[in-house]
Amino acid sequence: MNNARDIGDVLLKVEDISLSFGGVQALTDVTFEVRAREVLGIIGPNGAGKSSMLNVINGFYHPDKGRITYKGTTRTKMRPHEAARQGIARTFQNIALFKGMSTLDNIMTGRNTMMHRNFLWQALYLGPARTEELEHRRAVERIIDFLEIEAIRKTPVGRLPYGLQKRVELGRALAAEPELLLLDEPMAGMNLEEKEDMCRFILDVNDEFGTTIALIEHDMAVVMDICDRVVVLDYGRKIADGSPDAVRTNQDVIDAYLGVSHD
Amino acid sequence: MDLMNILFIAPFLDMADAPVFLAEVVISGVLTGVMYSLVALGFVLIFKASGVFNFAQGAMVLFAALTLVGLMERGVPVWLALIGTAAVMVALAFVIERVMLRPLINQEGIILFMATIGLDFLLQGVGQIAWGSNVKVLNVGIPNKSFEVGGILLNEFDLFAALIAAVLVGVLAVFFQKTAIGRALRAVADDHQAALAVGIPLTTIWVIVWSVAGIVALVAGIMWGAKSGVQFSLSLIALKSLPVLILGGFTSIPGAIIGGLIIGVGEKIAEIYWGPAFGGAIEGWFAYMLALVFLLFRPQGLFGERIIERV
Amino acid sequence: MLYREAGQFKTSYAKDQAVFPIIQDRWFIALILVVAYGVVPFVANEYWLQAVLIPFLIFALAAIGLNLLTGYAGQLSLGTGAFMAVGAYATYKITTAFPEINILVVFVMSGFVAAGVGVVFGIPSLRIKGFYLAVATLAAQFFILWLFNKVGWFYNDNPSGTITAPPRTFLGIMVTGPEATAETRYLISLTFLVIFALLAKNLVRGRIGRAWMAIRDMDVAAEIIGIRPLQTKLLAFAISSFYCGVAGAMTVFLWLGSAETEAFDIFVSFQVLFMVIIGGLGSILGSILGAAFITLVPIFLTNAPALVNLPMPTDLGKHIEEIIFGGMIIFFLIVEPNGFARLWQIAKEKLRRWPFPY
Repeated sequence: MNNARDIGDVLLKVEDISLSFGGVQALTDVTFEVRAREVLGIIGPNGAGKSSMLNVINGFYHPDKGRITYKGTTRTKMRPHEAARQGIARTFQNIALFKGMSTLDNIMTGRNTMMHRNFLWQALYLGPARTEELEHRRAVERIIDFLEIEAIRKTPVGRLPYGLQKRVELGRALAAEPELLLLDEPMAGMNLEEKEDMCRFILDVNDEFGTTIALIEHDMAVVMDICDRVVVLDYGRKIADGSPDAVRTNQDVIDAYLGVSHD
Repeated sequence: MDLMNILFIAPFLDMADAPVFLAEVVISGVLTGVMYSLVALGFVLIFKASGVFNFAQGAMVLFAALTLVGLMERGVPVWLALIGTAAVMVALAFVIERVMLRPLINQEGIILFMATIGLDFLLQGVGQIAWGSNVKVLNVGIPNKSFEVGGILLNEFDLFAALIAAVLVGVLAVFFQKTAIGRALRAVADDHQAALAVGIPLTTIWVIVWSVAGIVALVAGIMWGAKSGVQFSLSLIALKSLPVLILGGFTSIPGAIIGGLIIGVGEKIAEIYWGPAFGGAIEGWFAYMLALVFLLFRPQGLFGERIIERV
Repeated sequence: MLYREAGQFKTSYAKDQAVFPIIQDRWFIALILVVAYGVVPFVANEYWLQAVLIPFLIFALAAIGLNLLTGYAGQLSLGTGAFMAVGAYATYKITTAFPEINILVVFVMSGFVAAGVGVVFGIPSLRIKGFYLAVATLAAQFFILWLFNKVGWFYNDNPSGTITAPPRTFLGIMVTGPEATAETRYLISLTFLVIFALLAKNLVRGRIGRAWMAIRDMDVAAEIIGIRPLQTKLLAFAISSFYCGVAGAMTVFLWLGSAETEAFDIFVSFQVLFMVIIGGLGSILGSILGAAFITLVPIFLTNAPALVNLPMPTDLGKHIEEIIFGGMIIFFLIVEPNGFARLWQIAKEKLRRWPFPY
């Protein structure tokens, strides 16, 4: 079982996060933590603020209020590329691949933050720049092997079917060797077989690389199966937080999903 | 110190010294601005309804004016020439839709934009081959007498142009907001596929909007042409409507008008009061620089909607 | 039959990432270089060198520059002419002030000046995209040319207002000025193009090229995976303007001999943009093919009527040229938005299978 892995200290802690767009309150005083090496599920009905929460964590949205503590450093806001440099990677609900580029190039961009040769070396493509390029190519090829996408290495991603695009996107996030991986509905729109593959990849990533994962997912069976812990959001508020079994029987969660008459 | 004087003090002293002259400068700026607005209006129409940034609007102005003058030179009476030119512009809209827009449906905006740059060249070439490239005089019988109000010199033609522009804007605003076609146009602007899905005939809408833009171009062409002659530089002047759009926002009809006026007045005042300090001819770039500075602080324009990015 | 990659196994990532991974391609390029260096200078006459080949080489360099910015980094620019002008005027100022500096070094120095100016006008790209940016670059186009026209310092207060290439030598051979032979100027232009095309290719296949394309394809996602939009876009502006600047310097010093700002007006910007579109956005080879096409069409148009004894007034020729350019742009965008580069690729695919249909 999942519990066999040794789950460590708190890696990321969000406290009292509030976010609004114009008059719409997307998140209200949300507090939870993510522990090292765990798989955390974030669930909730549509419009509950799940994607907004991920956007806050990786710096794309700046919360109106609240603190984020990542690896012991507290901050209120940072730019997305800074988050990336600190080991936070993510995938998107609507695939955000670079459509004009090949699978290989897409995954290589995930390693851009680790490449340091300046443009003059790049232009010459000699010595250090070339060594660096080849070194990262080797690392990327390992990811390509891991995700079993060798055959589409040189195909422009715009031409790939949906399920493979999702897989390439995961590959791009993995290429950055993140400590914290945020997955926004990694299995949306997939058939059963593709879902099973994706679950396997997620668990393998967690197992083999010790990557901490926070994922948003609507398929409850998947969430209950692969997550160590689940956070439930509804209308921008946290309504439950606990083990899958505990959450499943929580009355607030049942009300949020099934609807309840407010009288 | 001297520089500060030239830039920040002397121009304002000059303005205060001769208020009548200042008023005349402002009025001439307003009228140039009306002309810019007319061209910008064509851009906004097409952008609003098809999401295409039509770089060829300037060439359409030139093409319409050339056609009108060409017909009149061949002895066609004014009213018939006007109808004829309008018909040519509608026919042109058909051809553009058929040959250029339909095959490019669902392409990215930037591709369509570049296609209209091609169209710009094509129309300039065709217009000048068909009707000749020498400077032509356009006289459609608009009165052109000057008169004085409170010591300020005014021109009937300019007032007439302003009036036409006002009427045109009024009609277009009603057309867009109140009619079924207007609603369909706005729907298409938002999302081509969604509009198709609810049964809006995309191609018809495009023909309509390009025709309307063609007729707006004709009006602009008549005004510009009657004021300064029909010639190739018309399409260059039309480039000036690009900064107007930046100021006004790409989708706002009132924005096009106000942006046009700001640019028109701004560049006249800049040229007359600050031009000498810079060695003159700053009219050529003032509008673009103003737009550039503007973009840095309010990228969505005066009346454009704030852009929220989502992933 | 001849064009086969069967049997050519790539045994290392280095080989897989080579510019020309297939041996036949390497032979082909080598052949072209041998002809360009060894045959053309001896057989081409003055007219061909001066009116066709030199402008082609120079515009190819400018097109590569614009393609880096527009095709790879996705930032539309209509200010190419102005950045070329910066290069030309910078070369003029530097070489008249310091005649002892080798002229070819001055070209590169001017490229850096143009890069600096490009960065300044690239700053708005951080907040604005697409058409908005195109308008912003128009500001560069009009303002810079006005500046060079108005301020006498830029043309050394020369009463004619023109900048003229002074005689300068390289390795004892006259490179610029009236005494430089067309062959010399051709060879220098060719060398510049070959070197800078290779450098550009190296840039776009490495980290920087991927960062540019990521920004082009989806800037938000690019930022989230750690690409800094600020540095990436400004670097694109800088390198693109560097290429345009060097091309501009070559325009005056290796081709025209003397020029005013009109040589770099907005039509030059459009012309280079057309080369990029027709050649293929996001392709170095495409930029060169596009430049060849756009420089050859007017030559063909001016000569074709004479061949069939048909008199053609020059302004008519100019308008026909406009129609053909305009029509070609629309045609290419509809039929093959990826331009010559893509057609070339398709031809290679076909050739690989030939003579079999599959």
